[in-house]
Amino acid sequence: MVDLIASDPWAGLLPVQAGAARLEAVDPGPLALLAPWPRAEEAMNAALRAAHGPGFPAPGRIETSGAARAIWFGRGQALLAGVVPDPSLRAHGLVEDQSDGWVVARLTGDGALDVLARLVPVDLRRLGPKGVVRTMLGHMNVAILGTSGGVEILAFRSMAGTLAHEIADAMRAVAGRAALG
Amino acid sequence: MRIEGRGRVDRGTPLRFRFDGREMEGFGGDTLASALMGAGVGVVGRSFKYHRPRGVLTDGSAEPNALVTIGDEPNIRATMQPLFHGLQAVSQNRWPSLGFDLMAVNDLAAPFLGAGFYYKTFMWPQRFWERLYEPMIRRAAGLGALSGKPPEEHYETAFAFCDLLVIGAGPAGLMAALTAAQAGAEVILCDEDAAPGGRLLAEVEDVGGVAGHLWAAGMAERLRGLGVRVMPRTTVTGAYDQGTYGALEQVVPAGVHPGGAPRECFWRIAARRAVLCTGALERPIAFRDNDRPGVMLAGALRAYVNRWGVAPGRRVAVFGNNDDAHRTARDAAAAGLKVVALVDSRPDAVNLAGDVPFMPGWQVTQAIGRGGLRAIRLAGPGGRGRMLEVDGLGVSGGWNPSVHLTSHMGARPVWDPGLAAFVPSEAAVPGMSVAGSARGRMGTAACLRDGAERGVEAAGELGLRASMPDLPEAGDDLLRLRALWAVPGKGRAWVDFQNDVTVKDVRQAASEGYGTVEHMKRYTTQGMATDQGKSSNVVALALLAQATGRDIPGTGTTTFRPPFVPVSIAAMGAGGRGKRFAPERRTTTDALSRAMGAPMIEAGLWYRSAYFPREGETTWRQACDREVRMVRQTVGVCEVSTLGKIAVSGPEAGRFLDLVYTNTMSTLAEGRVRYGLMLREDGHVMDDGTVSRLSAHDFLLTTTTAAAGQVMRHLDFVQQAYAPRMALRLVSVTEHWAQFAVAGPLARGVVDGLLDAPMGDLPFMGCRAVTVGGVGARLFRISFSGELGFEIAVPARYGESLFRALLGRAEALGGGAYGLEALNVLRIEKGFLTHAEMHGRVTAFDLGMHRMIAPGKDCIGKALASRPGLVAEDREMLVGLWVAGDRAPLAGAHLFAEGASPVSENDQGYVTSACWSPTLEQWLALGFLKNGRARQGERLRMVDHLRRLDVACNVAEAVAFDPDGGRMRG
Repeated sequence: MVDLIASDPWAGLLPVQAGAARLEAVDPGPLALLAPWPRAEEAMNAALRAAHGPGFPAPGRIETSGAARAIWFGRGQALLAGVVPDPSLRAHGLVEDQSDGWVVARLTGDGALDVLARLVPVDLRRLGPKGVVRTMLGHMNVAILGTSGGVEILAFRSMAGTLAHEIADAMRAVAGRAALG
Repeated sequence: MRIEGRGRVDRGTPLRFRFDGREMEGFGGDTLASALMGAGVGVVGRSFKYHRPRGVLTDGSAEPNALVTIGDEPNIRATMQPLFHGLQAVSQNRWPSLGFDLMAVNDLAAPFLGAGFYYKTFMWPQRFWERLYEPMIRRAAGLGALSGKPPEEHYETAFAFCDLLVIGAGPAGLMAALTAAQAGAEVILCDEDAAPGGRLLAEVEDVGGVAGHLWAAGMAERLRGLGVRVMPRTTVTGAYDQGTYGALEQVVPAGVHPGGAPRECFWRIAARRAVLCTGALERPIAFRDNDRPGVMLAGALRAYVNRWGVAPGRRVAVFGNNDDAHRTARDAAAAGLKVVALVDSRPDAVNLAGDVPFMPGWQVTQAIGRGGLRAIRLAGPGGRGRMLEVDGLGVSGGWNPSVHLTSHMGARPVWDPGLAAFVPSEAAVPGMSVAGSARGRMGTAACLRDGAERGVEAAGELGLRASMPDLPEAGDDLLRLRALWAVPGKGRAWVDFQNDVTVKDVRQAASEGYGTVEHMKRYTTQGMATDQGKSSNVVALALLAQATGRDIPGTGTTTFRPPFVPVSIAAMGAGGRGKRFAPERRTTTDALSRAMGAPMIEAGLWYRSAYFPREGETTWRQACDREVRMVRQTVGVCEVSTLGKIAVSGPEAGRFLDLVYTNTMSTLAEGRVRYGLMLREDGHVMDDGTVSRLSAHDFLLTTTTAAAGQVMRHLDFVQQAYAPRMALRLVSVTEHWAQFAVAGPLARGVVDGLLDAPMGDLPFMGCRAVTVGGVGARLFRISFSGELGFEIAVPARYGESLFRALLGRAEALGGGAYGLEALNVLRIEKGFLTHAEMHGRVTAFDLGMHRMIAPGKDCIGKALASRPGLVAEDREMLVGLWVAGDRAPLAGAHLFAEGASPVSENDQGYVTSACWSPTLEQWLALGFLKNGRARQGERLRMVDHLRRLDVACNVAEAVAFDPDGGRMRG
């Protein structure tokens, strides 16, 4: 039997430290997209609570329970992170594995929001630890999650290199400014 | 010249710098302009057209004359450039030197070079324009030259957000920011100067009992304490929709190595409200030779004396039509300069400057001194004349409120006859109010009050409760003036210093029929170039009004457009420089493929392997031909992860797919795959691909790489707009799965050996879930090569590992990897389509696929696809083309009947794809030919005029190889 070996999407790109900001890779665990059928939103919500704890998140919000995070991910969509979705959810909507579709990087440190202000056209200062936005980072579609002490950024796996490059570039510029005094 | 004991520069910090190679000294706090003046440099540049020597006119961003090159950066306003140790500046637009400029011969030819001379002089012969006249004119006239090199420094773009944006940190701006911040608003305060204070920095004036500049510095500290984001050296350049403002921040001055910091940052500021507190700009009065170095604006002269402790010389005069000019005479005298005369054009003016020679009712008629001002000639009441020796002259024709940003969204400013200036119209920019002298409230006390009131008002609009603060005590001088635009007399009187436009030019434009302000501007070039006519616009249109017998409001203004100051392209485009131009999408086998020597082709944003060269192969064709033969004879492996993959899931997914595909998908059996065609609403083909039914409710669609985004958007739209109640949802899974095609007669052996359980009898166009090394995978029996083919998909993390395993097994059987070039040849041999054929203008009919539009159901695009024009017999239809001889056919070539002249009237069609077929040992092409399906066997000419191709070809079936598909059905 062949032995398949998992490869690292960041392949030596992370972590990056510049000034007061640090960018590092995060393993989010399993990821699955949940999208209830029309008129099945409540049923999905109940099934999600019963199976994993968190309810189906309101727009822009993250629901957390134990290892499971339900992250609002767009109109009528949530990304279930940290747990393998229970088969019972499939009765109420689309449940699709996305574990290898997205990479997650965590940006922390005092300069984190200054760094993202170079790249992201939305105001992240009020994101808070339970907030999420779907937005652009440079030219990439991303989701940005508030966490305590920083943010987590979800981007397409194929764009991991560009994501690391863009953020590292902005980190160095912000650190360069700080060095001016 | 430095004035001892004056100015607020740091005399303890001497700074050495060079101008045109000459070493000089200035002080901390100097601008390049003040340092040059302090070092006794009068001539700082040459004018645009006549190359006349020019000195500093202003003390700020409106400067038209003092433009220099620093490092590789031209047209830097010396008035905005902070001095630093080691600064090296070079003057512009002169040859061989600033002191002796050969091009100054233009000045002697001035009678021939007036307004419109380009249009009159260089009319014929016509062909001379591009080759001779234009290059000649460009060399003779102009500003600084670009280096032609990309900037080495880092530039950046950034986003900021606030409740209230205050534009300008003068008395009005500081008070607006204070009141709003105290009410709890989140405030950004931008100012283009390094220090807050605006005009207070230039004046000797107390505010709240302390010197104005100290009060401003204290206020800025206080504002920072309240959480206000104070952004110095940041010029708001434009007002845009939805409360968006552009702003350029100078992070590091030109010439300073920025280290890791950016040189400039271009901000996009989203503000719920804004208050414009940009103050006013002084304007000159036109009189003969008023461009002599040493003649400057009165307010600027005052600023140089008060703020920087410099002056153009010991003997100065002031010429104005308003009370404010008197302050310059007063301050100059107080600084110990010899004020030779305070000349006020108003006969009834009262001297406010104290003990200086006062000449009411007099006018300056001429400035004398080519290389620097030596004297002025005056005319007084009763025809009297005088001449006075002076080194410097301050001129004031009044002040124009800086209304520019209020006009950026189309509003026109309003004429205020009392000020003889334009003021902003009401509600010119939604969400933005105007305070202080930017709307004609000229005194300091008036500005403080107005700023505070606008701040309270803005806070109220933001839903906050603000109250009027205690206003600091300040002077409140009214700006009394009587309009004077130009002093009558002989000679040339300058209106626009940057473009060398004179009073005569404006009048000439009017007399030659260019009497509207927009025509005058274009005919004379007044108001163009880097200063955008900040000091000249109002004077020019006042003169135009006089010349055309209209009043000024009736004459109107030209349109103020962003940006307010020059913005470097490097800053504006910083977000798209280098690799930031576009994201790179890398497949899971990217690194391995590059290590194997594969060159990459960009497809969409993806990078795909073109071919995998082997030892001894020197051209891409050798590798490509080998890879094609390998697939036809043994087995090849190709990464196809870049194709779009969309999961559609739900009880009504089949019904939904019936709507978006031309053919019926709801009848597809579980475990089977069907080829599908998708139309746009207008009946043209959008994309093709496969639909696999993974389970009763779960379908997987593939799209082409190029159209993946478009198809996803289309499906989202259809689902939301046309099928909102259908029980289905869809999501892209392109990124989750790495997928590989395994094709060739030996493909089954390669795949089967990898699966944890044998695939057994998987029919052509079948699919099933499998496991590889215990990992869940998907296996499809589909073929884009015409060979026995499989595609196997695993979660992306295992992509590289699976590719290695597949390659190992394929190589053991004499096969290997193949790239996009071979993939393309294989599909052309089979007549399979890509977006070379589905290029947006073809229909299913054109492709010969009209029978795929199922008659028994509706689908998007069906109605419009049946329009008579889209199914007519003379439409260009897909055909194969066999080319005889050695010449390679070329995509883009056109088809003509044999013997017909290859001109567009005879055009019969065109070529979309072409290749050498190593299988058939034959040049092949696909293309579209009028009524092509009925013209099999016909001989045609294939012509490409650009690449000099003219070959014969025969029309054939699109499928050149294995037409009944026996090989892939196996």
